[in-house]
Amino acid sequence: MVKRACPPSALATDCLWAFGVGGGICTLGEGLRQLYLSLGWEKDAAGSLVSVTLIGLSGLLTCLGLYQKLAAKAGAGTLVPITGFANSVISPAIEFKAEGLITGVGAKMFIIAGPVIVYGLTASWVWGMIYAFTGWTGMGG
Amino acid sequence: MGNAKDTLIPGISPVIRAWASVGGKKESEGPLAGEFDLLNGENSLGQESWERAECLFQQQCAELCLKKAQLTPDQVSLALGGDLQAQCTATAYAMRTLGFPYAGLYGACSTMTQGLALAACLAGSCLLPQVLVMTSSHFCAAEREFRTPLGYGGQRTPTAQWTATAAGACLVSPQGKGPKITALTFGRVVDLEVTDINNMGAAMAPAAAQTILRHLAGRGAQPGDYDAIVTGDLGLVGTRLLLQLLEGQGVHLTNHRDCGLMLYDRQTQQVGAGGSGAGCSAAVLCAHFLPRLAAGEYRRVLFLSTGALMSQTTYLQGETIPGLAHAIELEGCV
Repeated sequence: MVKRACPPSALATDCLWAFGVGGGICTLGEGLRQLYLSLGWEKDAAGSLVSVTLIGLSGLLTCLGLYQKLAAKAGAGTLVPITGFANSVISPAIEFKAEGLITGVGAKMFIIAGPVIVYGLTASWVWGMIYAFTGWTGMGG
Repeated sequence: MGNAKDTLIPGISPVIRAWASVGGKKESEGPLAGEFDLLNGENSLGQESWERAECLFQQQCAELCLKKAQLTPDQVSLALGGDLQAQCTATAYAMRTLGFPYAGLYGACSTMTQGLALAACLAGSCLLPQVLVMTSSHFCAAEREFRTPLGYGGQRTPTAQWTATAAGACLVSPQGKGPKITALTFGRVVDLEVTDINNMGAAMAPAAAQTILRHLAGRGAQPGDYDAIVTGDLGLVGTRLLLQLLEGQGVHLTNHRDCGLMLYDRQTQQVGAGGSGAGCSAAVLCAHFLPRLAAGEYRRVLFLSTGALMSQTTYLQGETIPGLAHAIELEGCV
């Protein structure tokens, strides 16, 4: 009964927005990589610089209150790329500054990203152990 | 369901002598903007925290209400109030400045009619001459308490509601000029096991249905005897469910209004399923319904505020969301 009363998500529109914006962020990343490569950076360094630039841009847009406006439309398109992860750390840091630098910003900064880091590290540890004992990478390597 | 004993009739029908409503930015862009007493163009009011800003909303509202009633602060016998902040600090801190005798209430978004029903008992038995009832909510303070930081880039589900940044205050007296509270029904906590914190209208609808049925039974009334039967913040989903639940009991509502659907324009304001919050029903009551009752445009209105009584802790522990709705019956000035 509750399900029937609920308005459905605009699935097609949401997917198009997510595809467009998410793809746009990735294209921007590739554009930046080509730019850094053309400026003479090594391949690895160029990749790192792209990450740093996108995180910086996400931080700037979050501070200006623009990232969440884009995310309200784009959904997973802004959540999945590295910019979404940056936003999830920066937004609580801004929000909780009223509670102080240590008990507010410091303690609350990872309330959203914390679980991702914990379980991401745990998963990589498990995978590392499997690799260490069996040599199997699961990627044909 | 229709237990007549739950409905109380005050010895004398107390009067809402004065009222005031204050809204924030989004409320100033909504369809009721022209009916508020005061609208703040930005929601921080120059304060360092959203909690402090909400406290100021309450102060502004109480002061406006007293001004309209032509009362000095020391003439207030008791203030009953609450909000959505943990430990109801918006109201308590407003009272620190206002200095009234104060009893804090928590009924989540049902607090306004909880306070008015209690005030009707106290004023209706001539125990207290001037009872101030006030509640508020603030979108930004509620978001950080119950959901995610404001700057977080998440997508809201279509069933989620928008917490109103608003406050409402009423002054209830044993006598005077203004709409009367002729009957009241304190609700019972109802839980039909909704667990989605982004669908609180669904959690509250059964409680609203039950209180409406109890009140109608207690008064021996039909829905058509009222000009409007108003709920606080069921929003689109809760409204649909309320109408279906009542239909199931053989009660057909054609005069239902929901404050959460009235406060904003869902098509243009991106508020999901509608408005919510303790300040939503309070502000819409004071901005829209009381002036119309005073003008004689409405003769008889059944007004319910609806609350979802979970906390962030119980939600994370997987508890279901209990709902509560209190009703007051208002009679207009002839």
